[in-house]
Amino acid sequence: MSFRIIVLAKQVPDTRNVGKDAMKADGTVNRGALEAIFNPEDLHALEQALLIKEERKDAEVIILTMGPPRAANIIREALYRGADKGYLITDRKFAGSDTLATSYVLSLAVKKLAPFHLVIAGRQAIDGDTAQVGPQVAEKLDLPQVTYTEKFTEIKNKEVSIQRRLERGVETVSTPLPALVTVHSSAANCRPRNAKLLMKYKHARTISELQEETKDYTEMLNNKPYLQIDEWGVADIEAGEEQLGLSGSPTKVKKIENVVFAAKESIVLSSEDNDIDRLMKDLIDSHVVG
Amino acid sequence: MHNIFVYCEIDEGQVADVSLELLTKGRKLANELGCKLEAAVIGHNLKGIEKEIYPYGVDVLHVADDKRLAPYTTLAHAHLVVDLFKKIKPEVALFGATSVGRDLAPRVASKMKCGLTADCTSLVFGDHKDNKSGKEYKNLLYQIRPAFGGNIIATIINPDTRPQMATVREGVMKREISDKAHKGSLKTIKTDEVLTDELFPVRILERHMEKKKINIKASPVIISGGYGVGSKENFELLYELADVLGGEVGASRAAVDAGFADHERQVGQTGVTVRPKLYIACGISGAVQHTAGMSESAKIIAINNDPKAPINELADYSIIGNIEDIIPKMIKFYKQNTK
Ligand SMILES: Cc1cc2nc3c(=O)[nH]c(=O)nc-3n(C[C@H](O)[C@H](O)[C@H](O)COP(=O)(O)OP(=O)(O)OC[C@H]3O[C@@H](n4cnc5c(N)ncnc54)[C@H](O)[C@@H]3O)c2cc1C
Ligand SMILES: Cc1cc2nc3c(=O)[nH]c(=O)nc-3n(C[C@H](O)[C@H](O)[C@H](O)COP(=O)(O)OP(=O)(O)OC[C@H]3O[C@@H](n4cnc5c(N)ncnc54)[C@H](O)[C@@H]3O)c2cc1C
Repeated sequence: MSFRIIVLAKQVPDTRNVGKDAMKADGTVNRGALEAIFNPEDLHALEQALLIKEERKDAEVIILTMGPPRAANIIREALYRGADKGYLITDRKFAGSDTLATSYVLSLAVKKLAPFHLVIAGRQAIDGDTAQVGPQVAEKLDLPQVTYTEKFTEIKNKEVSIQRRLERGVETVSTPLPALVTVHSSAANCRPRNAKLLMKYKHARTISELQEETKDYTEMLNNKPYLQIDEWGVADIEAGEEQLGLSGSPTKVKKIENVVFAAKESIVLSSEDNDIDRLMKDLIDSHVVG
Repeated sequence: MHNIFVYCEIDEGQVADVSLELLTKGRKLANELGCKLEAAVIGHNLKGIEKEIYPYGVDVLHVADDKRLAPYTTLAHAHLVVDLFKKIKPEVALFGATSVGRDLAPRVASKMKCGLTADCTSLVFGDHKDNKSGKEYKNLLYQIRPAFGGNIIATIINPDTRPQMATVREGVMKREISDKAHKGSLKTIKTDEVLTDELFPVRILERHMEKKKINIKASPVIISGGYGVGSKENFELLYELADVLGGEVGASRAAVDAGFADHERQVGQTGVTVRPKLYIACGISGAVQHTAGMSESAKIIAINNDPKAPINELADYSIIGNIEDIIPKMIKFYKQNTK
């Protein structure tokens, strides 16, 4: 039996680079203009899995993502970096899932890949920004959880030791396997794409993607079965529909407001003595300081 | 009537600041609903801890005191909280958005199959009508939070599941004693009856915690420096200004990453949220991740040599120029004109 590691990764809009071109005339964010990327901390998670694979010849790294069809892109990115196989969990019925419904779906998919040793997630996704999915998947699978992983300090068959990065320090813990860990951004950066793997997996596709490309792909997949990215829907993971999407989500978004960068009246001063003196006098007179 | 609940975190033998802030908020919410405020402390050597907690208006305090419960580990704490929730069925449950709270709350919410909203910046009661079913709800907790890298503000509700769970970062809510003489009732959780070995799969081998030294949140005046300050030496100018004005020094992430200041001073989305009377942003461009942590300051002064820096739009006063020139002038005028 291989040492199976399942990496959970999410495709996210790049909310870190909301530049001028991503802003609409009214000062709000144009989400469509944001590039879809591999969630940054999930790349750190992938790297941890790949480091274990370097250490253990029997390790196998499987990448799992739930998202729309185009999320297959991040599976390819993971294959180019050394993952062995990927699954895209996709179904319209998943739309609108909060973290509870998302973790329900992910936990069913992980269960289907049992037996496994480790599930590795990122700490937090940069769009929903909750950092809840990791611990919730762990609860649903009844696994111990180790959050904020910075590095694995020891890997044994039935136990691992992990250094965690906390707000004000570090902690080293051991956990029996199988376990779920979430990886912090202070962990090692992910390696770049590997040229050989890029060649090998350049044509990796889901069946839906192949059908869209309307080429005859049966021969290709017969010769190179590793090029198939499996897709799983509601039926494949035997999910209960009432636990999915909006109906399976206890949290509801009542309102969304875009943060508008409105210019407010502001007094512009120079660095001349009299400007600075006037400002300081204002502050003292109005008791803001002093 | 079901009550408001706060999970009180223990930090170096004391109740964490964030928990006291949540108790303050919890007391207000309980007053609005006309219900009680309950809290739990889980840890070790907790004798007398109620004296710290009651003045914040806690009516019922649940205490689980056991050697195995400190330092914090996930499964044992989650088990105790879930057990308690099944008994007391709170209406609202609040946790600090700390490395403990963010590890614990999602695990509890998953077990309870209830909604959890992360990193709320505001919590208020409001009514709601479900458009589909026409069902009306009174006094739901509106959980208001930034998401999408701080670019949007979402109002989240949990209409049908209880408790309505939320996490809040340190420094976001105010902390205020409600009544020094207030006394609640103490309920001891019999840990021997509920804790089993299976709840301790994760073993702590080593811990290195740094002492909490700096607390810029409490300061009425914050002088923050960014990458534009240029060096650790130039940061000394900021300390000097903070010293004369009676303030603390904050920093942007770029300044922390460059080694100009400690992480504890970082203001913003991944640092602390501050709301001082006066915030002076020196050589800070004004990225949303930074302004998320300071935009509610009463007065904002920006010092930047770029007239187009986004921070200027947020500022009440923007001084266009180099910090090396401007800060010494501010110090000089202040020293000459106050006693
Ligand atoms: C504005 C807004 C606010 C929201 N607020 C809340 C809220 O307060 N509470 C709530 O329950 N939901 C909330 N949601 C819904 C939430 O964003 C989604 O449920 C999302 O699918 C997962 O949450 P996240 O992005 O916060 O992920 P996180 O919990 O931050 O992700 C942690 C890790 O889990 C893994 N992971 C997460 N999603 C996937 C996936 N689809 N596929 C594979 N791995 C994954 C990754 O490893 C990731 O690094 C909100 C959504 C929006 C748009
Ligand atoms: C997920 C995420 C979380 C983040 N969290 C935070 C956070 O919590 N806090 C935070 O601050 N950032 C955070 N950031 C980073 C943020 O996006 C910005 O990169 C950062 O705030 C920029 O810091 P800065 O303004 O100091 O540097 P810069 O953007 O480089 O700005 C430097 C400014 O100094 C001015 N300047 C240069 N020389 C001088 C001089 N001699 N005198 C006067 N002015 C001068 C320049 O005109 C410029 O405006 C986060 C980013 C991400 C992606």
